[in-house]
Amino acid sequence: MCLAVPSQVKSIEGPYAEVEIGGVSRNVSIILTPDVKVGDYILVHTGYAIGVVDEDEAQATIKLFNELSG
Amino acid sequence: MIKFLDEYRDPELAQRLVEKIRNRAIRSLRLMEFCGGHTVAIMKYGLRRLLFPPVELLSGPGCPVCVTANVDIDKAIALAQKPEIILTTFGDMLKVPGSYSSLQKTRAEGGDIRIVYSAQDALEIAQGNPDKKVVFLGIGFETTAPTIAASILEAKSREIKNYYVLSLHKLCPPVIKALLDSGETRLDGIILPGHVSAIIGSYPYEFIPCDYGIGGVVAGFEPLDLLLAVEMLIAQIENQKPTIEIAYRRGVKTEGNKRAREIMEMVFDITEANWRGLGRVQASGLTLKREYQDFDAEASFVLEAAPAKEPEGCVCGEILRGIKTPLNCKLFGKQCTPEQPVGPCMVSSEGSCAAYYLYGGSNNGR
Ligand code: SF4
Repeated sequence: MCLAVPSQVKSIEGPYAEVEIGGVSRNVSIILTPDVKVGDYILVHTGYAIGVVDEDEAQATIKLFNELSG
Repeated sequence: MIKFLDEYRDPELAQRLVEKIRNRAIRSLRLMEFCGGHTVAIMKYGLRRLLFPPVELLSGPGCPVCVTANVDIDKAIALAQKPEIILTTFGDMLKVPGSYSSLQKTRAEGGDIRIVYSAQDALEIAQGNPDKKVVFLGIGFETTAPTIAASILEAKSREIKNYYVLSLHKLCPPVIKALLDSGETRLDGIILPGHVSAIIGSYPYEFIPCDYGIGGVVAGFEPLDLLLAVEMLIAQIENQKPTIEIAYRRGVKTEGNKRAREIMEMVFDITEANWRGLGRVQASGLTLKREYQDFDAEASFVLEAAPAKEPEGCVCGEILRGIKTPLNCKLFGKQCTPEQPVGPCMVSSEGSCAAYYLYGGSNNGR
């Protein structure tokens, strides 16, 4: 139930961001993540962005996987 | 390739990590994945089977639909039976058997029950049906509660006066504490929920190593995320340094999402909540603050329901406490299937019974 899908923000209008989820364009509320910018990936949960994906951390984790399994 | 998903599903890397974990685990270990979303991913990718032995993964009480007590489902049904009410709910709740009926049956009998994807949809239904009272069935953990809180603030600012929430929200850290206090399950570590933690951060779990001497790692929902969390827990156990760590840094910050918490705290007070399997747990639920009482379904409608009863033979409650698995239930896969569920753990897409049934039934358990 706490599912949240990473989706890229295409545009922002007031408290809403337009994202594409599974090929369908959706407006999601960004009231919980006011600092989000166009191009960011947001975690979308039941129509609301609950967080912004940290791209540096995403890369760092992949590096860690490789180190650990190497 | 889907960004931020597929990179975390690499089967070769996963296989290498599994081998590393199996070679490394110094003794047999019991880890609990708290979150139902984790249970699904673990079953779907066969991680439970791949890691056992020496690592045993147990499901916890982290499925909001499953932990909703029957008395509360009965309340929702009683609301939906009122002709002036449109009950709006997330789809998973529809088939959950209450004591005497389900929302699905109530709908077939004429109740106006509508499935929504978001609290915002419920708000729009309220605006479009001014002669009706629209109640949103508010279930979920800290991930969902801020979104419902935001919908209540919006209803207030847009002066939508026929929108109500039945707040059955639950909080994770207090129930982890209750579970550990019960002492029923010996755990060596906890895989902590990812998106709950996106909101609350990792500080609220600090009591786990301090008071109970075991570690916790916040995990994401892809197979590599989960394996990383297991690997980190094992490292803590080896070094005898239980602590709280995050294996899902792209989604979770130590401090969580402050704005979301502020909105949640604006609308809700913390209260006792009733959990299936665990009973009443202090300070583990959310109720609407006095200022928002007009939106509180509990305060606005008289609800009479017969005393709640549990489905006979269902051990969902014990599964939620980590002391049984679906394979210990005599009804599993026989009288109880996703088409004909006896208990909520078979209904919810995140319920342990549904996950076991869907991804391999009896072979996958061990
Ligand atoms: S299999 Fe069905 S009856 Fe058994 S515990 Fe799971 S939900 Fe309950």
